[in-house]
Amino acid sequence: MPANAFNGRTDYGIGIGLRVPHYAHILERKPVVDWFEIISENFMCGGGRPLEVLDRILEQYRVVQHGVSLYFGSADKPDREHLKRLKALVKRTKTPWISDHLCWGSVDGTYTHDLLPMPYTHAAAKRTAEKIRQVRDYLEVPICVENVSSYAEFHASEMTEWEFLTEVVERADCGILLDVNNIYVSSKNHAFNPYDYLNGVPHHRVGQMHIAGHTKFEKYILDTHDHPVLDPVWQLYAHATRLCGVTATLLEWDDRIPSFNEVHDEALKANTFIAEAHLRQAYGGQASTVVKAKAAQRQPRARRARAS
Amino acid sequence: MPARLDSTSDLRSFQRLMKDAVVRPLGPGYRMQKRWRDGRPMADVAAGFVRPNDRLTAFERLEIYNRMYWFRIIDSFHEDCPGLRAVLGDRKFDRLAVAYLTKHPSRSFTLRNLCSHLEEFIRAEPRWTAPHTALAREVARFEWAQTMGFDEAARPVAQPADFARTEPGRLRLSLQPYITLLELAYPVDRFVIAVKKRDTLRAEASNATTSGPTAARKRRVARPRRERCWVAVHRVDNVLYYKRLEPAAYRILAALRDGQTLARAVMAGGRGVTPAQVQDWFALWAKLGWLCRRK
Ligand SMILES: [Fe+2]
Repeated sequence: MPANAFNGRTDYGIGIGLRVPHYAHILERKPVVDWFEIISENFMCGGGRPLEVLDRILEQYRVVQHGVSLYFGSADKPDREHLKRLKALVKRTKTPWISDHLCWGSVDGTYTHDLLPMPYTHAAAKRTAEKIRQVRDYLEVPICVENVSSYAEFHASEMTEWEFLTEVVERADCGILLDVNNIYVSSKNHAFNPYDYLNGVPHHRVGQMHIAGHTKFEKYILDTHDHPVLDPVWQLYAHATRLCGVTATLLEWDDRIPSFNEVHDEALKANTFIAEAHLRQAYGGQASTVVKAKAAQRQPRARRARAS
Repeated sequence: MPARLDSTSDLRSFQRLMKDAVVRPLGPGYRMQKRWRDGRPMADVAAGFVRPNDRLTAFERLEIYNRMYWFRIIDSFHEDCPGLRAVLGDRKFDRLAVAYLTKHPSRSFTLRNLCSHLEEFIRAEPRWTAPHTALAREVARFEWAQTMGFDEAARPVAQPADFARTEPGRLRLSLQPYITLLELAYPVDRFVIAVKKRDTLRAEASNATTSGPTAARKRRVARPRRERCWVAVHRVDNVLYYKRLEPAAYRILAALRDGQTLARAVMAGGRGVTPAQVQDWFALWAKLGWLCRRK
């Protein structure tokens, strides 16, 4: 299902996050990139350099908006001023869908600027779905909600995280931004099988995927986005692609950001798994042998395209 | 907090409790405080709503969020206020940050607005910045002006036709929202430039070598001596600038900003101002696009 109602029936391929250290490279060299994901909040300002850069990017590239502060899971009502600014940005970027997280982070108007985990209860699912519907009706753009990585679980929870995610998206009739790195991080922190998670969500609702790197500490794993994608996460991504079909995929690299080419090359590794998913349909069980040969051919081509 | 969360109101109670725990200042060693605000052991409070696992207690799991909150928010504070940090030194600056952010936690979806009440806080609670409160206030105002200058909206520039259409006694213009006028007792503009220069050198030095502290890293920027000045923090082609103003020019601009008519604003310049000076200033401000129509 490359294109579905939750990603505006687009087929966007592999994107990377638009980050400040790469601005000069992108604007001067105009590398070939399928699409950029922007953090909406960084461009919800009145003017100045952020919007100038954005407009120049929009002349050349497809952009999808990803938010970090809608807090669908907060008990607070959506903030009208916030939504007004967000809608203005949606009009500017013509993003085919927007994403934000299945989490909370503010209460009574005070913001933690964190993506805090939800208590997985039916009442919370109902409230969260209601808010997603309200926001979508106002913004008039499809919404994908992203699973977050977490470090705590709550006594009040009545179900697993993937059951909660399913209940929310079914009630809201919205899409999923499946972050496979977050699933991996949380599976280690909360001792569940990440494949149960992947198998348990409604695959037809997945409109986008995230891949990223993380950091292992002695007693838990932190979602740091400052490394290449680790092998178990690629394996999960391959499985997710088998289940959901080839889906718009985005590499997140937010800290200790290396060169543009390094980030883009890491993202393009997803092509190996995407090719495998395509070939699986065509060749069935022989796919993995064929895909290795194909993948070897693909990498140099991607590099040439960038230089031109 | 209710044991079961059966309604939005229960969810709100849960979120209030967790938010209060997450934004509470850290204790010694950047660890979560051992006691809750009512004196109960924090371990009991955490265990009341957070599940432990085989590696971490409820306290330790909640502490991850408490620490992440402060590291993130202090980081943002450091990024926005390098000048204030240079005035106060690291330890004093961090104490101010915690006191300020405890009293004024973020009320905005964006961290960009984190320091919007900082100058007001320094004025209300001078003990955090004494004996440098006067300078600290000005640097805080200046650094907030930079935030505004960077990405605040620009409005349509006033055109010659606007001047022609309305007589000066009735014409009210406005300053671009991204411009801040500052009347200062210290040359804060030069001080902030010196701090930025030092930090750029420091960044270059730390890229070049991974060994011990360099001279650039250790260097302190001296606090400025008193010297009155008038500055506009503004932007041209989306690049931030600080422009020194003559006192009379400052007074005219401030009057326009405050909604005075063009005629009254020019009078606010004072007696010593010649028509030729006024003409030159307006020509420059028109070129820089500083003047716009009132909303
Ligand atoms: Fe993500």
